[in-house]
Amino acid sequence: MSSLKMPKVDSSILSKKDKILSDIEKIIDPNNVLSHTDEIRPYETDALAAYKQAPLLVVLPETVKEVSEILKYCNDNKIKVVPRGAGTGLSGGSLPLEDCILLAMGKFNKILELDYENRCVVTQPCVTNLAITQAVQDKGFYYAPDPSSQIACSIGGNVAENSGGVHSLKYGATTNNLLGVEVVLMDGTITRFGGKAMDAEGYDFLGLMTGSEGLLGVITEVTVKILRTPEVVKAALIGFPTIEDAGNCVAEIIAQGCIPAGMEIMDKALTKATNDYSKAGYPTDAEGMMIVEFDGTEHEVNAYIEKVKNIAEKNNSSSLKISKSNDERLKFWAGRKAAFPACGVLAPDYMCMDGSIPRGKLAEVLNEITRLSKKYNLPVANAFHAGDGNLHPLIMFDANDPEELKKCEEFGADILKYCVKVGGALTGEHGVGIEKRELMCEAFNDKDIQQQLTIKVALDPNSLLNPGKVYPILRKCAEEGRVHVHGGKTKFPDIPRF
Amino acid sequence: MSMEEKQNSQTFLDFNQSTYNPSTREEIVEIIKDCYKKNIPLEINGTKSKQKIGRNFQSEKTLSLSKYSGIIEYKPEELYIKVKAGTPVKDIVAELDKNNQQLAFEPIDFGFLFKGSSNAGTIGGVVSSNFAGPRRFKVGSARDHLLGFQGVNGKGEIIKSGGTVVKNVTGYDLCKLLSGSFGTLTVLTDLSVKVLPKPDSSKTLIINNPHLKKAIEYLGIALSSSTDPSGGVFYPEKFDNNFTFNDLTHKGALTAIRIEGPSNSVDERIKRLIKELSLHENEFSILESVQTNIFWNKTKNLEVFSNSKSNLLRIVVPVSETFNVIQKLKTFDANYFLDWGGSLIWLELEKINLKTLREIKEIAQEHFGYCTIIKVEEDLKASADIFTIDPIKYKISEKIKKSFDPKRIFNPGKMYSGI
Repeated sequence: MSSLKMPKVDSSILSKKDKILSDIEKIIDPNNVLSHTDEIRPYETDALAAYKQAPLLVVLPETVKEVSEILKYCNDNKIKVVPRGAGTGLSGGSLPLEDCILLAMGKFNKILELDYENRCVVTQPCVTNLAITQAVQDKGFYYAPDPSSQIACSIGGNVAENSGGVHSLKYGATTNNLLGVEVVLMDGTITRFGGKAMDAEGYDFLGLMTGSEGLLGVITEVTVKILRTPEVVKAALIGFPTIEDAGNCVAEIIAQGCIPAGMEIMDKALTKATNDYSKAGYPTDAEGMMIVEFDGTEHEVNAYIEKVKNIAEKNNSSSLKISKSNDERLKFWAGRKAAFPACGVLAPDYMCMDGSIPRGKLAEVLNEITRLSKKYNLPVANAFHAGDGNLHPLIMFDANDPEELKKCEEFGADILKYCVKVGGALTGEHGVGIEKRELMCEAFNDKDIQQQLTIKVALDPNSLLNPGKVYPILRKCAEEGRVHVHGGKTKFPDIPRF
Repeated sequence: MSMEEKQNSQTFLDFNQSTYNPSTREEIVEIIKDCYKKNIPLEINGTKSKQKIGRNFQSEKTLSLSKYSGIIEYKPEELYIKVKAGTPVKDIVAELDKNNQQLAFEPIDFGFLFKGSSNAGTIGGVVSSNFAGPRRFKVGSARDHLLGFQGVNGKGEIIKSGGTVVKNVTGYDLCKLLSGSFGTLTVLTDLSVKVLPKPDSSKTLIINNPHLKKAIEYLGIALSSSTDPSGGVFYPEKFDNNFTFNDLTHKGALTAIRIEGPSNSVDERIKRLIKELSLHENEFSILESVQTNIFWNKTKNLEVFSNSKSNLLRIVVPVSETFNVIQKLKTFDANYFLDWGGSLIWLELEKINLKTLREIKEIAQEHFGYCTIIKVEEDLKASADIFTIDPIKYKISEKIKKSFDPKRIFNPGKMYSGI
C-alpha cells in the first residue's frame, strides 16, 4: 500500500488552475475558495495520516445550489472531485488527488429540524454524530449509531461510510437508522432519496448511497431516526482464562436469545495497556476480557444480566463485576474507549485494522493474528465488537522506519485476508477507501467488481467523483464498461478503468 | 459445477419450453444467457403469491424459481440462515422455530388478500418486494435483514454482494438496492438472511377508543416511550367482527400496542404504558401471548381484507400527517386501518377509477409520503401507475436498470413503463 497507485494526474487541469479558480470564484464566495499552499495544507489527509496529497483547490460551499453548480462545472470540464466531511475516516476515503477539487462540506454544520412527533432529526451533513444526540437528549432521545469518533465525525461521513459503533449489535449501523438524504450527483442533479416516510417506493437508492464512500453522490442533507433513551443501562465486566472461553461465552449468550446493546472483548495485551492508561479496574491477569451491556427497563436488564452471569460461569469466567451505578458502568467503558491512546503509549505509531468475522471464529482468528505478529515481529493488541463479529487489531510500529510501515501494511493485509477466508469481510465499519482497495479481489471476483463499477459508470460516466477509492485500479481482466472507445483509444485515457 | 451436474443441466434444459423450472444455479445461468442472447423477456416468479402486485407486462417466457429451493446453511449462534431464493417462507419459519428464532421483519402473507388463504410465498419474493410487517419501526424491513446474496444479472453473470456477517461495508450495498426491486435488476439465487431470537413473551394492550385523533396520540406516546413497543395499530369500528378474543372485553374500534421481551419486563412495561397513557380500568384489555400472536399475524397478513373483492392501496406518510390524510380520504368512501404506529395506512376502496387513484396519490405526496397500488381491478391495471416516480429518479432508475439488465429481460415494465 505504501506505493499506492492513484489515478493518473491530468496535467491539462493543473495548467488551467488559474482559470478554474476564477471560474469557481464566480460560483461561490471567493472567501470560500482556498488555493494557497498554506491554506490547503490542513486538507491534505484524513485520519489515515500515512497518506498525504495537496489538492488543486479546496472549496467550501454553503448551499446545495452551490454544490450542484460546482459539480456541474467540474463534470463539464472533466475535473475530479473528492468530497470531505470532518476528515476522521480511517481508510483514506477523502484523500485528495493532485488534480482534484476538494469539496469540503464543513459549512453544512446546522441541525435543521428536531421532529419529535415523527421521531427524527433533519440535519446538514457536517454536524457531528454526537451533536445530534446532544440536541435531543434533554427530551429523552438519542441517535443510536455511535462510532468511537462520534465527538468529531460528521453525520454525512457516517452515511458515506455506513458507520457502526459499539451499539450496532442491537440498533444497527447508519443504514438501519437513516430515513432520508438529499444528494447531488456528479452532473449537478439534486435529488432526495427516502424521507420521513419509511421504505420509499422504487429502487432503494438511499441504501445504495449509504456506504458508497463518496463515489456516487455528495450528501447535502440527512434525516435520521432518533430513539427514546433507555431507562436503565447496566454492564458486566467479565474475565476469562482463555480467549476460547470468552469466544464460547459470546456464542452462548447469542444462542440463548440475548441480544445485548453492546458486547466487547479485548485480549490480554490491550486489557493491560488500557488499564495502565485509564485505571479502569480491569482483570489484567485474564487472557480475554469482556464487557457486556444491556439496556431497557429495570426488570429486563436484570433478567439479562442474570442470564449472562450464569453463562459466563459455565464458560469458566475468572472474574465478574456488574456495574452498580452509571459512573461505574462508564468506568468499565473508559478503558475500552481509550484503546487508541493506550496503544499510542506503547509504540510511536499504530494502525487500526477493521475486519469482520463470524463470531464463532474469534479464537481461531486471534491465534492466527498471534502467529502473524511473531512472523512480522510487530506487537499487536486486539479489540473486538464481539457481538457482531467486528475485529479491530491494533498493530504497533514506527512510521519513521519505512521498512516497518511496509511490514505493518503486509501484516494488516494478511489479517484481513484471513478474515475473508473464515467467512468474514474486509471491513466492518471503516470502509475500503484506499487502505483496503487492493484487497477487494480477495472478497470479490471480476464479475462482482465489474457489476459495481457499472453502477458507478451509470451515475458518473467519466469517473470524476472520488476516483481511485474502493475499487482497484488497472485490473487486467477489466472490461471497459460503457465508456466509448474511438479508433482503439479510450476517450479519457487518464481515467481509471480497472 | 461437477461434470455430472453439467451434463444434467445440458441434458434437461429445453429452451423451447415456455416456463423454466430450474433446480440448479447453473441452469438459471444457462437460461438467462440464452434469453440475453435472443432478447427474450422473462417473468421471474416463485410461488406467485405476489404476482398481482406491480404492473402488467409482456414476457415471452417465465422463469420460476419454485424448484430452486432449500436451506443451504443455518447457523443459529451466528444469527443467519442461508437459503435458496425459491424456499417457501413457511419452511424457513418452521426451521427457525426449532431454535426459537424468527425473521424479525415479519414478512407479509399476501395469500389471504389475493385468494383467501395462506400463501406466504418464497424468500426471494419477500426480499424482492420488501414489504415489512408491524415491527418495521423497531427492526426495519427485509432490506435491513438481507446480509448477502448471490444472483444472476441480465447478462447471465453470477454476482454477489455482502456475506453472512452483520457488519460489512465492503463495496456498494447491493443487498439494499436489490431489496424491493421486484426482480427487475437481478435474479436472486442464494440469500443470507439475518435471524433473531423470538421474545420470551409478548402481550398486547388493546385500548377501547373510536377516535382516530386519540388513537394517533396513543400510538405516538407509546412509540416515543421507553416501554419500547414492537407494534402499534388502529382498527376503526368497521373491523370489530374480525377480532374475537377471550381477553378482549369490548367491541368496536381498537388501538393495539404490542410489548415483547422477558416476561416480567413485559408486565412491567404494560403497567407503565397504561399509566403513561392515563387509561382507566374500563378502557383497555390485555391480550396474553397466544392471543397476541394471533392478533399480530392477522394484522401483518391483512386478514381483515381476506378474499376482499375491493381494491387495496398502501399509503405511507410521516405519522404527523396521518390524521389530515385520513380526513381527506374520507371523501372516497373507503375503509382503512393503520399500522406502523400510524404511518402506514392500508386503504380499501370498493370502487375506484383513474381519477380517484390520481387524487389519492397526490394526497399522499402532498403529505410527504407515497401511495402504492397493491390490488386493483384488472381493467384499471393497464393504465394506472402502480408505483409513483419523479422524472429525476426515473432517469436514475433507468441507468441502474441498464447496469444490471442491459437488454431489459427481467420483469420488463413490472415497476415502471420502460424499466
